[in-house]
Amino acid sequence: MEEIILEVQNLSKHFGGLIALNKVSFSVKKGEIFGIIGPNGSGKTTLINCISGFVRPDEGHVYFKGKEITGLPPHKIANYGLVRTFQIVRPYYSLPAYKNLIIPLFSPRVRKMGGWRGGGKYGDRDAVAVDILEELGFERDSRVPYKLASSLPAGYQKRLELARCLALRPELIMCDEIFAGLSMSEVATLVPLIEKLKMEGLTLIMIEHRLKELFKLADRVMVLHFGEKIMEGEPYEVIEDERVKKAYIGEEVF
Amino acid sequence: MELLRKERVDRGIKVRTEGIYAISGWQEILYLLMPRLLLIVGLVALPLILEPFPYWKRVINIMCAYAILSLSFDFLANYVGLANLGSALFTGVGGYLSAIFSLKLGLPVFLAIPLATLSGAVVCTLLLLPTLPLRGVYFAIVTLMYPLLFSRIIEALNILGGTNGLSGVPGFEKALVEEYTVILVLLAFLFSLRRLVNEDFGLVLRGIKDNDQAVKASGINVTWMKAIAVFIAAVLGSFVGSYMVHLYMWAGLSLFALDFSVIPIASVVIGGGGTLIGGVIGSFILVPLSEVLRAFGTLRIAIYCIILTVFIVMKSEGIMVYLQRKYHQFERWVKV
Amino acid sequence: MYVLIYGLINSFILSLLSLGFALVYSIARLPNFAHGAIYVATGYVGWFLFNRLLLPFPVAMFLALLFSALTGALIYRIVLIKVRGMTLSEVIASYAIGIAILEILRWGGLRGMTFMLPVLIPGSVEILGVSIDYQRLIIVGLSAGLLLFLYLFTHHTKIGLSFRAIAQDERASLMLGIDSDKAALLSLSMGSAFCGLAALFILPLGNIVVEAGYSTLIFALAVCVVGGLGSTAGVVAASFILGFTQTLTEKLISSHFQMVVALLAIIGILILRPSGLFGKQKELEERV
Repeated sequence: MEEIILEVQNLSKHFGGLIALNKVSFSVKKGEIFGIIGPNGSGKTTLINCISGFVRPDEGHVYFKGKEITGLPPHKIANYGLVRTFQIVRPYYSLPAYKNLIIPLFSPRVRKMGGWRGGGKYGDRDAVAVDILEELGFERDSRVPYKLASSLPAGYQKRLELARCLALRPELIMCDEIFAGLSMSEVATLVPLIEKLKMEGLTLIMIEHRLKELFKLADRVMVLHFGEKIMEGEPYEVIEDERVKKAYIGEEVF
Repeated sequence: MELLRKERVDRGIKVRTEGIYAISGWQEILYLLMPRLLLIVGLVALPLILEPFPYWKRVINIMCAYAILSLSFDFLANYVGLANLGSALFTGVGGYLSAIFSLKLGLPVFLAIPLATLSGAVVCTLLLLPTLPLRGVYFAIVTLMYPLLFSRIIEALNILGGTNGLSGVPGFEKALVEEYTVILVLLAFLFSLRRLVNEDFGLVLRGIKDNDQAVKASGINVTWMKAIAVFIAAVLGSFVGSYMVHLYMWAGLSLFALDFSVIPIASVVIGGGGTLIGGVIGSFILVPLSEVLRAFGTLRIAIYCIILTVFIVMKSEGIMVYLQRKYHQFERWVKV
Repeated sequence: MYVLIYGLINSFILSLLSLGFALVYSIARLPNFAHGAIYVATGYVGWFLFNRLLLPFPVAMFLALLFSALTGALIYRIVLIKVRGMTLSEVIASYAIGIAILEILRWGGLRGMTFMLPVLIPGSVEILGVSIDYQRLIIVGLSAGLLLFLYLFTHHTKIGLSFRAIAQDERASLMLGIDSDKAALLSLSMGSAFCGLAALFILPLGNIVVEAGYSTLIFALAVCVVGGLGSTAGVVAASFILGFTQTLTEKLISSHFQMVVALLAIIGILILRPSGLFGKQKELEERV
């Protein structure tokens, strides 16, 4: 399917004198994994914030499934099926892991859709929450889903964050550095999960620093540098491009 | 020399009462029910015990009213994350509305109170609505200011009876109704709020307190949820206001007094925040105490504020939390 | 003409009152609800030193000022430092302290008689057909001078610059070696000192009453909310707007409506432009 699910046109945002985004445009096809890379400070998180409604862009438009969502409040955008993870994962500390999912399951989107995969429409959100966690690798029979969210190790917390997004039955997930801070084995367990999501028809935008894993997953990659898009293409093209190398590594002075 | 550390372990009976095993024996049932029964039976029996002391019966009524305000504050502060420094706004609005309904519209007391409760809550929620999309400090500032501003405006413009207030408000016909209304309402609010915070809606509110950005990103309209929470708290507060007005058969500036704002906060901090029952117990201690200390006038508020600050600075968990911990767990020294 | 002159004067009075609060909030992120209490307490201490201990007035004033700065520092050191970062507890603690101070004063100090502080220069002068007392002129001068002092301080002294750094980005400042605790302590002392200064010069215009504590807090809050929490330019702008509006209502309707003006201004600002006139906080605080 070549249909375009997300279209971003000329997105610009500045904070005082700092230009965070400068006329960034790109489109994402339904069902693909679209990577966004760039050195620190290139505006990647601001881009996600603008698309997901947490920050209002100064210029530009964002279209999701053909509908304009620029400047809408974050909860409305999430209810349309466009969700995002947070770079610094902060679960609801006072609640157990599976109760964390009650919040997204409470949203109008899930309630309208009749629960999650058929179940949980009329209040049995607890069971549905445990189901979702199981999909993401929280063993059902262990005590892990019932532990307080604050006591989970980092890999589990990241997966909980992903579960929070999945509970909304989204069509597009924007992952803000989901591999950050994870060990090799934790990343290794996460990668097949993402592949499974793609197989199920989910579109993913992944902002990443860990290029090796990203390039294994992504269909296309876009490179940001100082808020501008400098390159877009397939992973092997991008990695060879001179401008990208310059941005990441710098150029020879002599 | 041995190194010892303190360890807290759940009591045997607490473990035995988890889940379905709670009804496995009379000891377990008693363990669970006793605190609640004690509270309910105690409260209900109190007016009967104090029959020969009408002054103290009145104190019990006021005590329960403040307990409801403490519930309101605890709910907003520890379950939603909003610090309500002006519960007096709720009592003032609810009280004056109830007086107007009885005096100007001639409604009987049993209609005026519910009507004032609901309409007062709507008015208060609307007044506080602009602060809800903003950071918590704005809510604190605005709740602090409203009661002070309203009492000054009423005094300055001499409306709603000015400094003399509205007198001649009808009271409760039967003493029994007067005594038990507030007790039953307190128990009803207490147990329903306890249910509510563990229901899905309550979990969403607690999520907002912990991390409201994540809740927004999960598709929930946080401002609307906060508005509902404020409405619930305002219902509690407005009820207290309208009850007091019919208790004293008078509505005046004292409805916006600092007492209504400060004593609930002190009760919750001293009694144990986040437990709902903590604030109730706190009021049960502080209100009779303030009657005993009547001679000190407004110094009582100052004393409560100082005690409250001490509790906060010492990061004390509060009386109820301490007692609950003792009830559920025991401590022992173990070798490291 | 009366409106113009007195509007101007009232604006300066308001900004004098509010500077202390705004300073503390923008640097330490602490809403100091004990602001009004420090105001009245300083006035009372000044009165006590002058009338009871019979110290010469300048000495009494200086000591009272010291008292206010010390009180601010103590409040921070004993209470607020323990609850730094927990917004709920900070707010409740400073609120409780403020009320405690005010009610103790009501019960034990300011009772039974009228308390007055002497003006610095008695008498009045006629400017453009309107009679103004010297004290009010002094207040205007003081207020303007304080604003100038603040500007120079925060732009040209090391401490002042570190204040601005912390106000913009606390974490980054910490990394650069600026101790935010010391800065908060200092800012709370300075803010309280400004508050005490305001008290010593404004209270002579009337009596010292406990109610002034609550009204001062309300006005300071109104000015800061309308101007934007965390912005000094906002405080100035808001003081002028509120000052002129209040003087206008006083002249046209009645002086009782001043409170109504404050209330409407706050509600209006929160609906129309919540971050205040000059509030820059809204965008950057998205803590994602």
